[in-house]
Amino acid sequence: MTPQPPIAMLAELTHRCPLACPYCSNPLNLLTRDTELSTETWADAFRQAAGMGVLHLHLSGGEPAARTDLVALTEAAVQAGLYTNLITSGIGLTPARLDALEAVGLEHVQLSLQGVRAEIADRVGGYRGGFDRKMALAREIAARGLPMTINAVMHRHNLDDLEATIALARDLGAARLEVACVQFHGWAARNEAALLPTRAQTDAAKATIAAARRRLRGEMAIDFVPPDYHSDYPKACMGGWGSAGLNVTPDGRVLPCHAAETIPHLTFEKITDRPLAEIWYQGAAFNAYRGTDWLPEPCQSCARRDIDFGGCRCQALALAGDAGATDPVCSKSPDHHRIRARLAAATAPDADADTAFVYRR
Amino acid sequence: MQMHDRPFLPRGVRLHHDRVRGVTFLLAPEKAVPLDDIGLAILELVDGKRRLSDISAHLARVYAAPEADVAGDVSEFLDGLRALMYLRAAP
Ligand code: SF4
Ligand code: SF4
Repeated sequence: MTPQPPIAMLAELTHRCPLACPYCSNPLNLLTRDTELSTETWADAFRQAAGMGVLHLHLSGGEPAARTDLVALTEAAVQAGLYTNLITSGIGLTPARLDALEAVGLEHVQLSLQGVRAEIADRVGGYRGGFDRKMALAREIAARGLPMTINAVMHRHNLDDLEATIALARDLGAARLEVACVQFHGWAARNEAALLPTRAQTDAAKATIAAARRRLRGEMAIDFVPPDYHSDYPKACMGGWGSAGLNVTPDGRVLPCHAAETIPHLTFEKITDRPLAEIWYQGAAFNAYRGTDWLPEPCQSCARRDIDFGGCRCQALALAGDAGATDPVCSKSPDHHRIRARLAAATAPDADADTAFVYRR
Repeated sequence: MQMHDRPFLPRGVRLHHDRVRGVTFLLAPEKAVPLDDIGLAILELVDGKRRLSDISAHLARVYAAPEADVAGDVSEFLDGLRALMYLRAAP
């Protein structure tokens, strides 16, 4: 079966970021500025992506505003015909830069939210004054009528503020709110014990989301990524490996997902070495876990096989020691007890004692 | 949606013809909705000026179908998009 063309590309323009969120999905070994792709190489990648059927482009990082050529990159993406979204913490964007981005056709901004008050937001982001600057920028975005999604990353330390988060997103004029509970890749894996929410928090969050969706129907759309350690079944990671999306790292490596580089037996090709379409269709890494033929039992004979594709490969590697195993989040996985054990340890009543954040630096 | 409403695509939502797949999509934040011929025919008339009644009358002529039926279908389709925030309507 020929794979479908990708729908979305996430361009990690840089790993540089003024913030230091302990759940950052960037790898532990951050790439430095001198390894980053040039403006022209990115622009070519955007044209290749559009040519092979990519519809959405997410300009991400790190903090994409750390690239001095962000406006030129945005213009190249828009010229290529891609729906261009900027994923930002807001730090490093000024009103003048927003004007320039708007002028070249930026279509949407996704603003991350670390918390609803300066005290918690700045502690999580590891950046004093960040919250106030972010709020000021959010108002600038709204004043321009630029479509905005608030992306609230939630975990044990801020999930109790969910109602206030929804209210803040409304107040800021967001048409969309993404409530994304932390996924334990990258730096988040380091901070798992400090970040895992409790079962009670998870249940309360689900109820809050359901009520808010009813109440705000037609006013603000809400996407919810629940904490999957508390779920019975895993998520369809990336909509299936090599099925809907791809990531490009700051130095041009093309990945099936954020964390794919943690899988040691796979090699990832660079956009500077091979055309993007060849990497997507013929690259060994993209074909390694594509489709469902490779899936083991219990997935192979499971009714959800074509819904979740056995879950996340990186999580299977991290928790079961085998990237080709059933995601241990699944209650049918033979390794599911590992999830239960981690949850029990992290959310025990006295667990908060030694859970200081390891910041991304 | 009322017959006199004038639906429009808000900023951040647009049509995109994808030559690779040979399909026109409605593109919105994080979402790409593939359109069938009818959906496309409706959305091509959505411009913030035409009213729902104009759109229905036009499509009823083109498809030689009873206007009341067409209006029902069009308004159901547009209401669905509106609930997802992909469409708005001016009075
Ligand atoms: S998660 Fe935090 S540290 Fe990582 S790129 Fe985003 S804002 Fe920066
Ligand atoms: S057994 Fe496999 S396919 Fe079935 S729900 Fe679990 S992870 Fe998904």
